[in-house]
Amino acid sequence: MSLIFILISSIFVNNFVLSRFLGICPFLGVSKKVETALGMGAAVTFVMALASAITYVVQYAILEPLNLGYLQTIAFILVVAALVQFVEMIIKKMTPSLYQALGVFLPLITTNCAVLGVAFLNIQYEYNFIETIVNGIGAALGFTLAIVLFAGVRERLESSEIPMAFEGFPIALLSAGLMAIAFLGFSGMKLG
Amino acid sequence: MLNAILVPIGIISAFGLLFGIGLAIAAKVFEVPEDPRIPLVRAALPGANCGGCGFPGCDALAGSIVEGSAAVDVCPVGGGDTAAAIAKIMGKEAGSAVKKIATVICQGTCETAPNRADYYGEMDCREAMIASGGAKGCRYGCMGYGTCKSVCPFNAISMGEDGLPKVDPDKCTSCGKCVDACPKSVMNLVPITQEIIVKCHNLDKGKIARLSCTTACIGCGACEKACNFDAIKVENNCAKIDYDKCRQCYECVDKCPMNCISGDIDYGKLTARAGL
Repeated sequence: MSLIFILISSIFVNNFVLSRFLGICPFLGVSKKVETALGMGAAVTFVMALASAITYVVQYAILEPLNLGYLQTIAFILVVAALVQFVEMIIKKMTPSLYQALGVFLPLITTNCAVLGVAFLNIQYEYNFIETIVNGIGAALGFTLAIVLFAGVRERLESSEIPMAFEGFPIALLSAGLMAIAFLGFSGMKLG
Repeated sequence: MLNAILVPIGIISAFGLLFGIGLAIAAKVFEVPEDPRIPLVRAALPGANCGGCGFPGCDALAGSIVEGSAAVDVCPVGGGDTAAAIAKIMGKEAGSAVKKIATVICQGTCETAPNRADYYGEMDCREAMIASGGAKGCRYGCMGYGTCKSVCPFNAISMGEDGLPKVDPDKCTSCGKCVDACPKSVMNLVPITQEIIVKCHNLDKGKIARLSCTTACIGCGACEKACNFDAIKVENNCAKIDYDKCRQCYECVDKCPMNCISGDIDYGKLTARAGL
């Protein structure tokens, strides 16, 4: 039961983008088209799920027994960076068009605080291995949900009449803020 | 004590090694067959990523050249040598790409073309342009606030004491940044071998042009008559040279009553010639 709570919590209540404000860079950068946003979401999901699993192993199998908890940051960054490289290779091989569309934001997942954030939060909340993976996937799904919804909004913004001063990023940021307020509604949810 | 240092170092190094090996294997497995000429062309390009070719950077240009969608000589920075090197890789003949350099198409100094107003503001031509087209009396002339100098990524432009920018032909790579930045379109890319250049693009009628600048082109047509090769034409009250036809015989330079056709790409030599 608690797994479902973790999943729902990480997707809606504690949505990484709209409530924790992590991973804003790709959220704004790759949200011009729904397809690209979906691709980005998939890439982040893959990286987050794997990163959660690997960092869990790294933390509890290597760092803790050796009393090296302070190496957490650098070790986790190493894991994330290697994973992103790996994902980049896969995407380049499988879908060159998505590789083109994601452009610089693909290697930038390396420094995506959402990925590193979920790895740290897993440790902080003292989740076990399964919970860790569920939380990782949930956070990534939440990210995907937010970025895809936002891309949909932005696609419509393109064709709507907007005052000149708000064109482009200003209106995008405003809509992001409104979306965050909408997601705030989930925080009243009582589970269990 | 020593262990407290060695163990973390060992762990992190082991991590790095492990991931490195993993990625190396993955790189082999997921290798995308890339045209082997792309890295070669990329190496032949200057690598300044200035965007002067119109592509987002040298990598993108290299890809397009190998694909065949871009010509081998589109890199304005590298010039003839680069074009020849790329042509060799691609197995094509390079067209004779003459290097172009940025040239100031104005000689309205502080004395010859006086200001009509005082300008107090940001020393930037684009800003000054907003303030009713700048302070200069001539609507077409160089305002001399040095925007071309500040946008030049190669430090090729300096501002002379006469208020006009000077281009160092050796440093200029014809990336075109100054051409895009100049709000008066005073900067132009001209083949480096071209010595005869109409150093004015004032489109006003002769009388008005003469009032705003003592070296303005008044569109009198003396150069057109003097030219033996049909290379110089007066259009919209301003002389224009077809660089393909011009044989640089200096006939027009001698006949110009306003001394607005330069006989040398170096502005300094022109003033010497005019005896100023």
